[in-house]
Amino acid sequence: MKSLSWLIGLLIVIGAIPMITHDVTLRETVFIILMYIALAESLNIILGYTGYVSFGHIVFYGIGGYVAFLMIQNYGLNIIPAMILAGLFSALVAYCLGLAILRLRGAYFAIATIGVNEAVKALITNLEQVGGAEGIYFNIKVYSAYGGAEHAIWLSYYLMLAVTIAVVIVSWFVKKSKFGLGLMAIREDEDAAITLGVNTSKYKTLAYALSALFPGMIGAIFFFKNGNIEPESAFHLTKSIEMIFMVMLGGFGTVTGPMIGAIVYERIRGFLIVSEMFKALHIAISGIILLLIVLFMPRGIIGFVRDKIPALRRFVE
Amino acid sequence: MLDVWIDSIISGILLGLVYGLAAIGLSLIWGVMKVINLSHGAFIALGMFTAYFLFAFGLNPYLGVPIIFALGIILGIAVYFVALHRIIDAPELSTLLSTFSISLFIIGLGTFVWTTIPYAIDIHVGSISIGNITILGTKVIAGIVSIILTILLYIFLYRTKTGKAVRAVSMNRVAAELMGINTTRILALSFGIGIALAMTAGALIATIFPFTILSGGVYELKSFVICVLGGLGSPIGALVGGLILGIIENVITLQIPTGLVPFIEFTILVAVLLIKPSGLLGGEV
Repeated sequence: MKSLSWLIGLLIVIGAIPMITHDVTLRETVFIILMYIALAESLNIILGYTGYVSFGHIVFYGIGGYVAFLMIQNYGLNIIPAMILAGLFSALVAYCLGLAILRLRGAYFAIATIGVNEAVKALITNLEQVGGAEGIYFNIKVYSAYGGAEHAIWLSYYLMLAVTIAVVIVSWFVKKSKFGLGLMAIREDEDAAITLGVNTSKYKTLAYALSALFPGMIGAIFFFKNGNIEPESAFHLTKSIEMIFMVMLGGFGTVTGPMIGAIVYERIRGFLIVSEMFKALHIAISGIILLLIVLFMPRGIIGFVRDKIPALRRFVE
Repeated sequence: MLDVWIDSIISGILLGLVYGLAAIGLSLIWGVMKVINLSHGAFIALGMFTAYFLFAFGLNPYLGVPIIFALGIILGIAVYFVALHRIIDAPELSTLLSTFSISLFIIGLGTFVWTTIPYAIDIHVGSISIGNITILGTKVIAGIVSIILTILLYIFLYRTKTGKAVRAVSMNRVAAELMGINTTRILALSFGIGIALAMTAGALIATIFPFTILSGGVYELKSFVICVLGGLGSPIGALVGGLILGIIENVITLQIPTGLVPFIEFTILVAVLLIKPSGLLGGEV
């Protein structure tokens, strides 16, 4: 429990700072950090625990965003039920999809997930009912139900904090459970796991659905706050890669890793974009960093720390 | 009406041959190394720019093909030793990410140097007219060059000692090593050839369509669809897959909006993966 309690403590401290200082710029930064943490932790369930490389995971974020956006815009639903519906819908899509594509292993699965993301993006881009390529904008009246845009933004912030805490708790309990052990058995050797009586297809599908639930909710919050949604930003393949980057940087298969990875990544990215010298080159530099991690630190920052300082192992899960 | 159809089918076949060439590169890399090359698109784009600058210096892009091919082999071998050699036996995630990081590097650098403004190679080689059907000369030459390169690749794989070693490594790396084949050299060479094919395909596409540094991504995704159609690791399958995709792409746009083409392509991709993951013509290198 120690490893979980300090993580939650850290999240609450990070989350509380903008609330106390009422610093708007800081709130935006923390909002993005929280979103990255939640996305990376979600992906970690399928990528880190189960060992299935979901390259197009952002599709669930986009689907969640669209579901919530349409619900709020067309039926005047409140963001909280809309967010929950969006998450459940994403999880349901992942469950049905998983029944099919999780039969594929390794690289085939990775390609299929890219395919799913691109197919959904192309479909939405061509559906005029959901705004097509231009996307949809909120009617400004939407926010009046929450006491104006300013209140709506703060509400989004609280919701993002709540979802992020929920994701971390869920990933910690999954890792400690029999379910989590089953997932890790699949990662290590799927055939052996089957032989030992793990119901692998059920486990994989559930893990995939769980890893899609939170991105759906995060997409709902993000696009509610954003005020508009378009296919290009909702299904951006680069965001999928960013999620993988964060998980790898922090250490895949751990609970602390994706969180650390997300914070470090956001800082690196912020630094590169702001710095005059690196602004234009930030993609190239991210590439070099990613390559260095893959080649020399395959288990990420947390794996590295755990190897070098055994005393910390009890605290970093 | 019939003319329009014939026109689309011929265009489809010619473009399909070029797509097939890029896909053969991807397929070869997968077959020999079991690596999904996510930097394929970046190298396709690099090929486009190489052709552009050769043309700017007065060299005909078609005569530049050997230069681009050679450059591709050198770059590919370099990338192999920098990014892949250390992790060739690691789980797929590592090689997926390391090739992806190469792609980020090239695209990041390319965006910095060339921005994302479209470029085009302004080359005219006339056109061929039969009745009401007119086919652009650039497409015809691109198709012919693709066929020639594919034949040369086959001669290399089946008639030369090194080519046979490549096939042996793709069948069983350990056994090949035991038979005295220097597998590191073969892996590096295969990656080099794969990249060279990608860059050449890029150069040929650049003579037909305008391009930016980001254009490679589209063709990379097409290469995936093609490889899956033809069976990953099967060069001849990739060629057939390319033809199928080229024809589908050109014929269905007569009936439905162009924007929906990716949806159809990827639906086919996922469907084929699910029904027959070894591809419609599954086989070995």
